[in-house]
Amino acid sequence: MNLGWKTLIAAGLLASAGQAETMRMAVTTSFYNSGLSEILLPEIKLELGFDVELIVVGTGQALRLGAAGDVDAILVHARAAEEAFVSAGFGTHRREIMYNDFIFVGPPDDPAKLAEAKTAIAALQSIAMAEAPFVSRGDDSGTNKKELALWGEAGIAPEGAWYRAAGAGMGATLNTASGMNAYAFSDRASWLNFGNKGELSLLFAGDPALFNQYAYIPVNPARWPHVKNDLAMQLETWLTSEKAAGLINAYTIDGEQLFIFNATQ
Amino acid sequence: MSGYSEGFWGAWRLIFTFDPELYEIIFLSLQVTVSAVIIASVIGLPLGAWLAVNRFWLRRYVIAVLNALMGLPPVVVGLFVYMALSRAGPLGGFGLLFSPAAMIIAQVIIITPLIASLSHQSIRDLWAEYHDLLISMNATRAQRIRALLWDGRRALLTATLAGFGRAIGEVGAIMIVGGNIEHVTRALTTAIALETGRGNFAFAMGLGLVLIVLAIIINLAIHIIGKTERASTW
Repeated sequence: MNLGWKTLIAAGLLASAGQAETMRMAVTTSFYNSGLSEILLPEIKLELGFDVELIVVGTGQALRLGAAGDVDAILVHARAAEEAFVSAGFGTHRREIMYNDFIFVGPPDDPAKLAEAKTAIAALQSIAMAEAPFVSRGDDSGTNKKELALWGEAGIAPEGAWYRAAGAGMGATLNTASGMNAYAFSDRASWLNFGNKGELSLLFAGDPALFNQYAYIPVNPARWPHVKNDLAMQLETWLTSEKAAGLINAYTIDGEQLFIFNATQ
Repeated sequence: MSGYSEGFWGAWRLIFTFDPELYEIIFLSLQVTVSAVIIASVIGLPLGAWLAVNRFWLRRYVIAVLNALMGLPPVVVGLFVYMALSRAGPLGGFGLLFSPAAMIIAQVIIITPLIASLSHQSIRDLWAEYHDLLISMNATRAQRIRALLWDGRRALLTATLAGFGRAIGEVGAIMIVGGNIEHVTRALTTAIALETGRGNFAFAMGLGLVLIVLAIIINLAIHIIGKTERASTW
């Protein structure tokens, strides 16, 4: 029995040591939950010949992982924070890859009449006015930053029993909203891929203010010499290529296109 | 509830279609936990025995601390290990963050106090019984510890299995230090957390059932191999 265990451990250690070249990229939960990575990663492996390991976290933590040199590149969506990251010298540069949009979901009886709102700001104001239950990510992610920025523009400090910060990822937040029949702010990709919609439905979308730009930032090798900058640069070239554009634009769930490629050469 | 039956059948489908992803996840969970249990036992069992046979003024405090550490919150251990192994941390040069090795380190820290404390309790009782005999035989300290560990092996097996149980079901620490990377550091528990987050309750339940069945099989197998808990051996 002892020998069996030793063989098992030895085999396990060999398996983890004998891997091909890999790089690590921190990505946002919303990107991962969209399912697009499952289309892109096998193609990247095929064409570039290396594995991209994804660390799935909120944008806030992704930026921190990059700053600590624990990943080779990040793919996130919070422009102001990304620009601060690059100007602090943690990343070499910021490259826009694609965008999708944010949406509001909520209970079908729609107590705050979100479906009638003209703008995203008006939608938030009617939720606050009705004091309708609203579940926020509350985790310093890109989606959370965007939501808080919109509250700011609406001139509302979201507080009170109706405003619930879940402190969780997009899926867990949608689970909470589904359980409480509350409103929530989500990216379209996570929503379409979410398996536990319950009674929730999409109530508001389409305002240009809900634009959600994803950008790619290689971690600065001048700061962390161990990062695999050559692989990160190869990945950037691939992500901005015609091939990636085709795959990203062709990715649909239930017939809906999720991401729109907009990298410039 | 349809969710339960869906999860139940989903689990069987996963197991019997030999879903490669499932077996990869099971293998990683076992690789990490079994390694951690072996390392923690090598440290914890002799430590427990040593504490039982030695009298020194700090002993009471060491044991109190050990007992308190049995309830160490895994998420805190995860955070400390993460800070230590991060490239910006003191052990960053090893590049161990987000690897199975980091998960093993975190689990060893979580279960060593448990194994040491449980083995100390059973060895202490055994020592009370053996004390006069071993002293009269003029056994050295190392010999005493060896005799106690061997004769108390059944109780020590229970301590080890308790460590295994805590490690295999642990999610907070290995999520933080492993990063839940597909094909690399995705274990059963972190996969369950992920699938729940995606609202895929059926798949998450399937994984949960696999985890429970796995824990039962391993416990049973060890009792059968170790010939414990049989009618003839009380």
